[in-house]
Amino acid sequence: MKIALFATCIVDAMYPRVAQATVQILERLGHEVVFPAGQACCGQMHLNSGYFREALPVVENHVRAFEGGFDSGEYDVAVAPSGSCVASVKHQHSMVARWAEERGVRRAGGGSGATLEARANAVGERTYELSQLLTDVLGITDASAQLGSYLPGTITYHPSCHGMRLLRLGDRPLSLLRTVEALDVVALPEAEQCCGFGGTFSVKNADVSSAMLADKVDSICATGASACAGGDVSCLMHIGGGLSREGRTSADGTPVRTVHLAEVLASTREDPLRFDGELALAGGAR
Amino acid sequence: MSGTSAREEILARVREALGQTGGEPRGDEPGDAAGGPCAYRAASGLDEDALVELLVDRLVDYKARVEVVEPDRLAEAIRTRLEGKRFVVPEGLPAAWLDPSLEESKVTDSREARIGVELLDELDAVVTSSAVSIAETGTIVLDGSPDQGRRAISLVPDHHVCVVPVETIVGIVPEGFTRLDATRPLTLISGPSATSDIELERVEGVHGPRTLDVLIVR
Amino acid sequence: MTAVSLGMPALPPRGFGNISAVEPFPDAAHRELGNAQLRANLAHATHTIRDKRLRVVSELPDWEALRDAGSAIKAEAMSRLPELLAQFEEQFTARGGKVHWARDASEANRIAEELIRATGSQDVVKVKSMATQEIGLNEYLEARGISAFETDLAELIVQLGHDKPSHILVPAIHRNRTEIRDIFLREMPDVDPELTDEPRRLAMAARAHLRKKFLSAKVAISGANFGIAETGTLGVVESEGNGRMCVTLPETLITIMGIEKVLPRAQDLEVFMQLLPRSSTGERMNPYTSLWTGATPGDGPQNVHVILLDNGRTRALADRHGRSALHCIRCSACMNVCPVYERTGGHAYGSTYPGPIGAILSPLLTGVEAEENASLPYASSLCGACFDACPVKINIPEILVYLRGEDVEAKHGRGQAAGPNDGSPRKGSGRRRGLPTQMDVAMGAASWALTSGNRLGLLEKGLPVARALAGRDRKISRLPGLAAGWTQSRDVPAPPPESFRNWWKKRERGAADDHTDSGGTR
Ligand code: SF4
Repeated sequence: MKIALFATCIVDAMYPRVAQATVQILERLGHEVVFPAGQACCGQMHLNSGYFREALPVVENHVRAFEGGFDSGEYDVAVAPSGSCVASVKHQHSMVARWAEERGVRRAGGGSGATLEARANAVGERTYELSQLLTDVLGITDASAQLGSYLPGTITYHPSCHGMRLLRLGDRPLSLLRTVEALDVVALPEAEQCCGFGGTFSVKNADVSSAMLADKVDSICATGASACAGGDVSCLMHIGGGLSREGRTSADGTPVRTVHLAEVLASTREDPLRFDGELALAGGAR
Repeated sequence: MSGTSAREEILARVREALGQTGGEPRGDEPGDAAGGPCAYRAASGLDEDALVELLVDRLVDYKARVEVVEPDRLAEAIRTRLEGKRFVVPEGLPAAWLDPSLEESKVTDSREARIGVELLDELDAVVTSSAVSIAETGTIVLDGSPDQGRRAISLVPDHHVCVVPVETIVGIVPEGFTRLDATRPLTLISGPSATSDIELERVEGVHGPRTLDVLIVR
Repeated sequence: MTAVSLGMPALPPRGFGNISAVEPFPDAAHRELGNAQLRANLAHATHTIRDKRLRVVSELPDWEALRDAGSAIKAEAMSRLPELLAQFEEQFTARGGKVHWARDASEANRIAEELIRATGSQDVVKVKSMATQEIGLNEYLEARGISAFETDLAELIVQLGHDKPSHILVPAIHRNRTEIRDIFLREMPDVDPELTDEPRRLAMAARAHLRKKFLSAKVAISGANFGIAETGTLGVVESEGNGRMCVTLPETLITIMGIEKVLPRAQDLEVFMQLLPRSSTGERMNPYTSLWTGATPGDGPQNVHVILLDNGRTRALADRHGRSALHCIRCSACMNVCPVYERTGGHAYGSTYPGPIGAILSPLLTGVEAEENASLPYASSLCGACFDACPVKINIPEILVYLRGEDVEAKHGRGQAAGPNDGSPRKGSGRRRGLPTQMDVAMGAASWALTSGNRLGLLEKGLPVARALAGRDRKISRLPGLAAGWTQSRDVPAPPPESFRNWWKKRERGAADDHTDSGGTR
């Protein structure tokens, strides 16, 4: 299968290794990965902050960057290692297109004459979150056997809200993690509680966001795990930033860090992901 | 000032508010999603044994006192509950339900001959029948029929002895409403009054009767 | 008071009363977050109700179907509102009741006052009603020499404590038992001075305190959970029996009901009487529900009134993206699952309507451009827990985002391009214009950068410099401006030496070492 990678802006600029891990997993399965060069961002930060006018060109750019490859058969599906970005592509892009049309902000038609709403829907329908693609499309049920995933250690998992409630990912990410060889996955108390990130909520309502973060950090540390996995780097950056600020350490005295699902699945016996990163943050690169 | 002008103006505003968007809700608006045909349960399909068992379970859960009695033992069951108490009954309560020994301590009320609220407050108990009971939610409904009386009599006395004929028990809420006439004064009772307003700790018995005694007649 | 000429394409006027934030949400939240007792009480309360709700909801095999039905009935009621209101009036009147209409809070207060004066009574008993809180009825009557006694235990605690409710279901949730005992000792004239803080003893003290009031009251004021158009029936859902007392014993009963509370058919109760108790108190059924239709000869109040209240509801109705907020049945489930509400409590929202629903309903009632409520739609991380919990499926997160958009538009004085059929409430007065904020500038710049892969790629060339700035510990602990909100409690990781885009390009070009050893850059 030919798969277009939507890296998402934050992974592209801040967490390239998450996209690299995604490429590794897919290539290991024998699929061909394409990176549409025009891509930049899904626009959810603008949208969720109410800046619809500013979001519109970002959304148009995304649709333009991806639709051609679907049409020409260059790839069959698109995947992003982010629940919230996929949720935005699937649910919000058509909404902002409709908004722009109602307001007469811009008559946005494609070369084909289709409305932006229709074009956005077409792209959204074929865009998957990573665990969704692996489970529903590629039929992965055993990460160890099918992907060679191997990672010694203990981790816990935080289901980010948009993946959980907008995409209804359900058990998919956890089922994948549970089949990683040598990995002990411990349940996170109050897992479905929001971590408090919420995009610009984290700066506009910094106090409430910080209070939510403090509770999430406590829950994670109560598990004794050395890392918290997740499917959304924005939440992971927020949680990781809190863990780092508070200097939280796990049972073995190392800093508790955050890690993306893709990184865990890409980890193999030959080249295992190491939890001795430079920081308790999932950011940066080695 | 509450005349037609406010009425006309509000109705005009509503029409205008709807008119701006064509009145009918659009399917693609938040929350406007059409529910389609009613897919919720219309009936429970439980038999009489199951209905009685479920109702008893729910009432006990609400801390009501419950007993299932045979028809010819009802008067006796009522008598034991009213021993030494002064009580009120609605005019239409079947005479056979009350043991003659209770005659002295009984006060009868009707819509036409209402007893005062001060007297009601001095009485210890009330005996009524009931219109419908919903097993799944442990709900007993009074509808103001002559054997249930005015709403005040089942409210002010502190002890409510309530008779539930088995044929009035239904399984779930929709079956209950099917049997009820909304234009009658209806009171749905699910256990004794209760509050959880202080640190969410449930306390049974606030303003309504603090003791609910249910006699299921079967 | 309004000067809307009928038939003109103007928006309905805004609502007034206790439906506005008094200060920006972040400021209020900051203060409330500092109250440790409040946070502990709230966490306990919300978690307890949350668990109970989940338990009783999971018992019903058809819960989702009931939610769909509830949502559909409400949408139908809104779309048929003029007809249903007229039908309700006709039925209620035919059965001996009297219907009044109030355009706004002050008109409703005036009508209620006149009705009370006509009875010659100087005091009234009240059963918990959000509508009367919204219009500030107690304060209004108080100022005119009429005492209104709250009879719901929590409302009584709030009233005696000269306080404001913080939750729509358990309004005194911010008070613990010791605080409540102290309030009772101070404010109840005939209270037992030995009163302990045991909840049962406190409840019995309230019973004794209110008993005389109930038995002697001539006038009661209530809200209504439902009004049935088909039959003219009103309903009050409650627990303690104070509602039954109020709607049964006094000679005069005045009900104040928002126009959105009307349901088409009596049969619709079978849906809402399943949705409401389970969603609100987490019970299979609440202890008491009273339904009455006009006046019943010989039984209960004979002088029965209902005041149908607009106060901004038509304003909200005119907003097709926001109107489903009017479907709310005030169960409070959205509050109990909300991570923001759990930490700030209800007072931070200012309005009578707190929590997620308040964050959309208050601005919709006052008009989105009303400055005082502009911060409310941002009081959410958009986690979506409210939408999942809502028994009538109000998509609160989507409406929050939409209202943020309206706020940004209003702030910039935009929206001139809107067509004549645009349902937006921005038209008319109150549009704010201002200099660009830091957020505006950041959003504008980000929009430019994120509108093309090339632009983003160009900017990413600066990553090594930023990485160097982060220093040896590879983290950034303090940022200026808006971003200071971020670094208040979180570090920022040092950026990577190169972007994914760059890495990919090199790999595509056949930079062999990267290609064969992609793990090395992970
Ligand atoms: S918005 Fe929904 S969940 Fe919140 S109070 Fe209203 S009905 Fe309940």
